[in-house]
Amino acid sequence: MSGFSLKPWTYGFIVALIMWIAIIAYSGFASAVPTLSSALVFAAFSVVVGTGQMIVIASGPGNIDLSTPSVLTLSAYLSMSVMSGSNDMILPGLLVALLVGALAGAANFLAITMLRLPPIIATLAWSFVFQSLAFNLGGEATLKPPAALSAFTFWSVAGMRIMPIAAIILTVTVTVILARSVWGRQLLAVGQSERAARLAGVPVIRVRLIAYMFCGVTAALTGFLLAGFSGGAALNMGDTYLLEAIAVVVLGGTSVAGGQANAVGIWGAALFFNLMATMLNTFQMQAGMRFVLTGALIILIVALVPKPKAA
Amino acid sequence: MAELVYRRQKRNLAKRLAPALQVGLPAIALVVMLIVIFWIRPTAMSYFGFTLLFKLAVPLMFAALAQMLVIMLGDIDLSIGSFVGFVTCVTALYLDTAPMLAIAIYIGSIFVYAGVGLVIHLRQLPSIIVTLGMSFIWLGVAIIILPAPGGAAPAWLSGFMAWRPPLLPLPVLLAIAAALIGHFVISQSSYGAVLRGAGGNPRAIQRAGWSITMIRAAVYAAAGLLGLIAGITLTGLTTSGDPNVAPAYTLLGVGAVILGGGSFTGGIVSPVGTVIGALTLALAGSLLSFLQVPPTWQIGAQGGILFLVLAGRILLAEDKS
Repeated sequence: MSGFSLKPWTYGFIVALIMWIAIIAYSGFASAVPTLSSALVFAAFSVVVGTGQMIVIASGPGNIDLSTPSVLTLSAYLSMSVMSGSNDMILPGLLVALLVGALAGAANFLAITMLRLPPIIATLAWSFVFQSLAFNLGGEATLKPPAALSAFTFWSVAGMRIMPIAAIILTVTVTVILARSVWGRQLLAVGQSERAARLAGVPVIRVRLIAYMFCGVTAALTGFLLAGFSGGAALNMGDTYLLEAIAVVVLGGTSVAGGQANAVGIWGAALFFNLMATMLNTFQMQAGMRFVLTGALIILIVALVPKPKAA
Repeated sequence: MAELVYRRQKRNLAKRLAPALQVGLPAIALVVMLIVIFWIRPTAMSYFGFTLLFKLAVPLMFAALAQMLVIMLGDIDLSIGSFVGFVTCVTALYLDTAPMLAIAIYIGSIFVYAGVGLVIHLRQLPSIIVTLGMSFIWLGVAIIILPAPGGAAPAWLSGFMAWRPPLLPLPVLLAIAAALIGHFVISQSSYGAVLRGAGGNPRAIQRAGWSITMIRAAVYAAAGLLGLIAGITLTGLTTSGDPNVAPAYTLLGVGAVILGGGSFTGGIVSPVGTVIGALTLALAGSLLSFLQVPPTWQIGAQGGILFLVLAGRILLAEDKS
C-alpha cells in the first residue's frame, strides 16, 4: 500500500467539490458563492437529521430509525400550533418540538426492547402512528411560523448563514462526545459487541435509549427549523429525509455494522447530495435522469470507497 | 424429579411448537380480522367478498416473497417498491403493443437484479445502501419511459386478474399456490436448506462445496422474478402504469416477512408466514374502513395492528431463553 491513501469519508467531499466546479464551469464564476452558500444551508438540515441517524446506526448492527420523517413532520406541526405565529411563543414551541422528539425516540426504543422487535419494524410501526398524529393534531389551516423564527433561519453572521454554523457546531460537539465522553465510548462499545459491552458493565439499555432519544430530538429540531425556513409545516416535509439521512450516514463513512461513526463525513455526503441536485438542475436534466444519476453515484461511491480494515 | 422431567418435556414441546406459533400468530390475527369484518358486514362472507378483500393483496404478497428471499440471505432490498413501479410502467407501455420488447426488458431486469446480488457479494457492500441506490435508478428509468401515470394493461392481463375460477376466488387461489410452492422450495427441499444455510451460516455452505457467489446471484434473480410478477399482477389490477404506485411495498414487504416469523439475522424465513403476513397487512386497511376509523387515523391504527400482532412474539421469545 502506498503512503497516500484517502480515508473513506473524504470521498463525499471530493465528489461534492467536483460538482461545485462543474456548476461554476457551466454557469460562470458569479455563481460560485451563491451556489455553495445555498448548498450549505440545505446540507445543514440533512446533517442534523443524519447525525441523529448516525448515532442510532452506530449503536449496533440492525439499529436504524425509520420514524425520523414522521417525527420531523409531527414536531413541526405541533410546534407551529403552539407558536401560532407569535414571536413570544418561540421558546415554548422549541421545547414542545424537543419534547416530541425525545418522547418519540423513547417510544421507539421501548418498542424495540420490550416487544423485542427488530428496530426497522418497531420504528416503521411508530412512524405510521406519528404520521396519523401529525394528520390529526396538525389541523387543516397552514400556520405561518413566527417572524423571528423565519428571520433566524435566514440570519447571516459575517456573510455566513447561521444554519450551517449551528450544524457545524453540532458536528463538532458530537465528534467530541463520541471520542471523549463516557457515553460516546460506551455507545461505540455497545455497537461493536453488545455482549462484551454488557460483560464490561456498560449499561447497554440506557446507552441505546439515549441514542434513540437523541435521534428523535435531532429530527424534531430539524422539523422545527425547517418549518421556520420554508414558511410552515407540510405533511410531506419529512419524506425526502428518510432515505437521504441513511445515505448520507453510510456515504459519510459510518459502518452499517455499527460500532463506528464519523460525524464529519456526513457533511461531505450531504454537500454531495445537495450540490448534485443543483448541478442536475443547472444542466436542466430531466427528473428521471436525475434519479438515475443519483442512484448510480450512490452505488458507485460505496463500491469504490476502500473499506476500513476493521469491517 | 418427575416434575423436573415433565417441565423439561414441556419446554421441549414449546420449543418445537415455536416455529408453528410464529406462523400461527399472524394467521390468528388474519382470522380475527375476518371475523370482525364478517360480523359487521355478513355479505362480505362470499366468493365476491373475498375477491374484493384480498384483490390488492396479490401484488403485495409477491413483493413480500421477493423481500423474503433477500432477507433470507441476511440482506435487505430497499428497491423492490420502485422496481414494482418500474415493471408496471413497462407492462402498461409495451406488453400489449410490443410484447417482445417488454419480455426483453423483463429478462434484462432479472439480470440486473442478479448483478446487484453479485456486486453486493463480491465487493462485500451493505445491501441496504446498494438497493437504496437501485431504488433511485428504477424510479428514474420508470419516469423516463413514462413521465406521467398512463398506458394500458393488455386485455388478457386485466381479464386474468378479473377471472373467477370455480370454488376459490383468484386471490385466495394465488395465495395458496404461492405459499405452497414457497413452502416446498424454501422450507422443505434440500436446495431450500442450502439457500437458508447461505444466509444463516455461509461458511458451512461454502465448506460443503457450494458457491455463495452463485447462490446470492441466483436468489437475487429469483427476487427480481417475484418483483416482476408483483408488478405485472398490479398492472392487471390498476390497468395502467405508474412509477410511484408502490413505494410502500418495500417496507410493507419487510413487515410481512417479520410478521411471518422471519428474522434479519439471515436463514430464518417462512414463505407461508410471509404470505399470511402480507394478507394480514392488506386486510388491516379494509378492516379499519369497515370499523369506520377516520381516514386520518387509519395509518396510525395500522401501526397499532402491527404492534399488536408482533407483541405476541414476546411469549415465544420468553420460551426460547
